[in-house]
Amino acid sequence: MESPPITTAPSETQVIEESAEFRTLRRSFRSFAFPVTIGFVVWYLLYVLLSGYAPALMATKVVGHLNIALVLGLLQFVSTFAIAAWYARYADRRIDPSAAAIREARGAVVRAPREAAE
Amino acid sequence: MNLLASSATDHRGLTMTLFGVFVLATLGITVWAGRQTKDAADFYAGGRAFSGFQNGLAISGDYMSAASFLGIAGAIALFGYDGFLYSIGFLVAWLVALLLVAEPLRNSGRYTMADVLAFRMRQRPVRTAAGISTIVVSIFYLLAQMVGAGSLVALLLGVSGDGAKRWTIVAVGALMVLYVAIGGMKGTTWVQIVKAVLLIAGTALMTVLVLAKYHFNLSSLLGAAADASGKANAFLEPGLKYGATGTSKLDFLSLGLALVLGTAGLPHILVRFYTVPTAKAARKSVLWAIGIIGGFYLMTLALGFGAAALVGPKAIKAANAAGNTAAPQLAEKLGGGAGTTGGAVLLAVISAVAFATILAVVAGLTLASSASFAHDLYANVIRRGKVSEREEVHVAKWAAAGIGAVAIVLSLFADKLNTAALVALAFAVAASANLPTLLYSLFWKRFNTVGAVSSVYAGLISSVVLVLFSPVVSGAKNSLFPHSDFHWFPLENPGLVSIPVGFLAGWVGTVLARREADPAKYAELEVRSLTGLGAH
Repeated sequence: MESPPITTAPSETQVIEESAEFRTLRRSFRSFAFPVTIGFVVWYLLYVLLSGYAPALMATKVVGHLNIALVLGLLQFVSTFAIAAWYARYADRRIDPSAAAIREARGAVVRAPREAAE
Repeated sequence: MNLLASSATDHRGLTMTLFGVFVLATLGITVWAGRQTKDAADFYAGGRAFSGFQNGLAISGDYMSAASFLGIAGAIALFGYDGFLYSIGFLVAWLVALLLVAEPLRNSGRYTMADVLAFRMRQRPVRTAAGISTIVVSIFYLLAQMVGAGSLVALLLGVSGDGAKRWTIVAVGALMVLYVAIGGMKGTTWVQIVKAVLLIAGTALMTVLVLAKYHFNLSSLLGAAADASGKANAFLEPGLKYGATGTSKLDFLSLGLALVLGTAGLPHILVRFYTVPTAKAARKSVLWAIGIIGGFYLMTLALGFGAAALVGPKAIKAANAAGNTAAPQLAEKLGGGAGTTGGAVLLAVISAVAFATILAVVAGLTLASSASFAHDLYANVIRRGKVSEREEVHVAKWAAAGIGAVAIVLSLFADKLNTAALVALAFAVAASANLPTLLYSLFWKRFNTVGAVSSVYAGLISSVVLVLFSPVVSGAKNSLFPHSDFHWFPLENPGLVSIPVGFLAGWVGTVLARREADPAKYAELEVRSLTGLGAH
């Protein structure tokens, strides 16, 4: 019950790791996930800092009783929903197909430990 | 107590009946789920057979605690805009889980968070550290929920006195142990799904009723809330709660950081990703969760401002100084007011929803911590992996009882603790100890055992020690020990310091370690986490 063993020599996953297909998959995942994460964290912290340190700006009325603070808060909801939808689309198109292709091509090499145990 | 107490007798019978129906129904589900639970994968991970939508509901049920339902509505009702700030952090945090954690974790782990952290490291030291941190985070969170439950249920039933509070804590503790020990992950998941549906239905109903009173015009609701608050436009602007001093502004930044980085390090949330069959299903469950949780927090906005406008801060503070009963009070008002049948019915329904909310969250916490005890500390550290699955599950069930007992006893003694501070502390530990280790493990090839152990312990110890010497524990009016003063750390939330400490310690430990990381193990983890090859 240590970390699940694999049935092949470790070098075979290293071969996959260094293959062109896998590098492409890693690049498509990281080039989306990392910058977008930095982006939404900065956008959120900006909002928090504005709330703390620029109350006068945030109090500016936009429509009726709706001020900039509330609008920016609601925009955090909007951006969260939008990023989630964007990632879902991106993963469907760019990540899932290449992950599936690698699974299909290499599935025989690395078997699931559960099967191996049986 | 006036508003609730006056009509408490009208609705108490009904509330008790609804509580009883919920408890019986969920126990029925639990027994049914227990019969379907055959092996360890069933007990720990619900057989990995839930769909993305079901798991999305269960995640929402696990996450939307009584603190968010009652606490945020109350905070908005009393502090206006500043109460709303909380919910934004709680929601944005899910993007970290979506983009960086859910899918790789699903592919590379088996039953616990430590499975992933220890994947390519030496098992015993890393499992020990991760197991301890899992249990500490879960116990802090559990205490917050149970202490809150004690005062809340007593308040909702209109019974006062410490006796009622204590019996509530004991009953909640006993129920959560039953859910977990009998129903395992399957039972717990269904309890959370039922709760999520009830909570969403209850808040949606109240939101529609509030908005209808203002002809679905958000601006006039805001105006009415600002007028009733007695603080005019300041009520709709930042600053009422966190804007007083330079320290309170920093405290808010610290809290915001802990909220946004903590969610993806909460063990009871992470184990939910093991209940679905694939990484894609894990992604779908987070997408559903973001939709459900986001919708819920938008509705708490209407509830909070509605409570401020319709109930008024004076009546809310009179019932509970922290505003925790604002939502039930609003329900009574919307149903027709105190003394009316409609008021009593809606109050009883919303009280029962709050009770369901507490039970589902504490069950999830008990499951995550007992699973980590059995799978990480007992099976892999103490017995070095030489234990049958059957015995491991058996230990997990007893661990649930043990953790339940510990939580009950601590809650009985800790009933003065500020529950919001406890939740914030749990998030801070999760963000400082768990998230750095998780991210380094998944994405940094050089990361090694020394780095992993350093980041967990440094994050865990720094956040706990800073809180110990913060105004939460001593030196302020609402401290745990208001009459002594040994605080030197000015902030209530340690995140601003402890999160960087956790990340830094992981890096320093890795660089200084003599034994280098095993590139073959990283290849295994990376290939598995991105493609699902070899995943459980």
